[in-house]
Amino acid sequence: MLIRTPKLSELKENQLTAQSVYSNRRNILKGLGYLGAGALLTGNKANAFNLFGTADKSPFKTRDLSFSQLTSEIDKQILTPDQKVISHNNFYEFGTGKSDPVEASQNFKVDPWTLKIDGLVEEPITLGYEDLYKAFDLEERIYRLRCVEAWSMVVPWIGFPLQKLLQKARPLSSAKYVAFETLYDPKQMPGQKSRFSGGGIDYPYVEGLRLDEASHPLTLMSVGLYGKTLPPQNGAPIRLVVPWKYGFKSIKSVVSIRLTDKMPPTTWNRLAPSEYGFYANVNPQVDHPRWSQGSERLITTGNLFNRNRVATKMFNGYEEVAPLYKDMDLTRYI
Amino acid sequence: MFRLNKNHILLLKVFLHCAAFLPLARLYYCAFADKLGADPVQVILHFTGIGAFNLLLLSLLVSPVAKNLRQGQLINIRRPLGLYAFTYALFHFLSYIAFDLQFEWQLLISEIFKRPYIYVGFISLLILTVLALTSTKSIQRKLGSTWQKIHNWVYLALLTVSLHYFWSVKSGLIQPIMYICFALLLTFVRYKKLTKNLKRQNQRI
Ligand code: HEM
Repeated sequence: MLIRTPKLSELKENQLTAQSVYSNRRNILKGLGYLGAGALLTGNKANAFNLFGTADKSPFKTRDLSFSQLTSEIDKQILTPDQKVISHNNFYEFGTGKSDPVEASQNFKVDPWTLKIDGLVEEPITLGYEDLYKAFDLEERIYRLRCVEAWSMVVPWIGFPLQKLLQKARPLSSAKYVAFETLYDPKQMPGQKSRFSGGGIDYPYVEGLRLDEASHPLTLMSVGLYGKTLPPQNGAPIRLVVPWKYGFKSIKSVVSIRLTDKMPPTTWNRLAPSEYGFYANVNPQVDHPRWSQGSERLITTGNLFNRNRVATKMFNGYEEVAPLYKDMDLTRYI
Repeated sequence: MFRLNKNHILLLKVFLHCAAFLPLARLYYCAFADKLGADPVQVILHFTGIGAFNLLLLSLLVSPVAKNLRQGQLINIRRPLGLYAFTYALFHFLSYIAFDLQFEWQLLISEIFKRPYIYVGFISLLILTVLALTSTKSIQRKLGSTWQKIHNWVYLALLTVSLHYFWSVKSGLIQPIMYICFALLLTFVRYKKLTKNLKRQNQRI
């Protein structure tokens, strides 16, 4: 169940150096000059070089989780450092820049939380905040997360297989698809307030899987990473992780899981149907109009000189899912 | 009436060098020290890209401002602004090759031909390169009226850079659209002069 990662011996020394300290990062960014900043003409805050940024807020409190640990020491050394995992996010509800979510989400309220599982099931379920951590045994899974923008990270998630949740709800035989929805709360999520700040997306963010994809043992509902509960920018308190699909399928801060008999709409597909399909399986053969998908930059430790461009693998390396698509032309069903 | 004199211009130039060069130096320093967030490559591409576009727009703003405010001396900062726009664009391109593609030359060639946003970016850079190479006073004198013809291409570059930006973003087109409006405005302000030049050229032909 662990991802196939390069052997330790294949990694270069500078990828294995001790984790750098990032606490000072935002101050450095603020100190940088303004001429390159998008702020010069537009006052856009989505730029990492936000000279006029707001003062740092007290960070969101995460707590330790108990879970069964599969990670060996060797696995740990190839992980993307936690400071990178929690500071480089695509979560447009909190702004479109990569560093916006960590800055805009620290006061996000996750308790109380309600996650509803309903639709074509025999037994609709409602999980409250505490249930998220107690209803199922938690386990650690190290997955590579491959963004459609051709970068990737290696993340130690904590969670439970979605399969277990679905089994508990007992899908009806008519159920063919699973539709997911993110919280809609413009008061807390500034990106949802206007098209300007949220990247032109029609909120709430929605995603979907075929039922057999959702039931695959690799499909995870994650409630934590790096041993702790999820911070808001990574999708607190509960998110989906589907490691063989592009990152945008792994919907964050989920409030609704609904079983349906029709293929549900998905956010990026609605926004640009020719660029993002329903399946969005990682596929080096099929380029995005803007990015070659043949290779990716694997974000680890190390500076600019890190030669971190690696070949992208079919299904992000998780070939055990291939049977799900055995009669499908995956150059057509993107 | 207040007139900018040579000393003012000198001060302005010193300020411009600080404001343009130091951030660039600091950007690469932070990137090499791994202090630029999780993905320094993306930060560099965005910083140098927007920086080049800002500087290009500023350089084109100089002459209408100088004319309208009757500050003839101001025209002297147009060249350094233009050269910095080129410098930022060059660093943008070189960073793309060195840190994003990591010297995969085949990928570079295929990207330039396959991706519309990359090839319009490439065309922009070619134009800026020609303008930078022909920007010295002596070359300007040598080329005579041809010089102005060549340097009118900057408006073509403005168009291709706008397209490059517009096509490069995934979603959220508002900022690129604002840039495009500003670029169009600048072109419009110079429209009369441009058409006059073109007419003159046509008459000669
Ligand atoms: C061959 C030449 C060029 C190449 C290969 C190139 C490549 C790129 C790439 C890869 C991006 C980032 C797209 C992303 O977000 O993933 C980008 C963005 C951008 N580039 Fe270029 N570029 C070139 C020339 C130029 C020139 C000449 C200018 C301006 C004078 C420019 C201005 C920009 C701007 C404004 C952005 C958007 C930055 C943002 O979204 O914040 N580029 N370019």
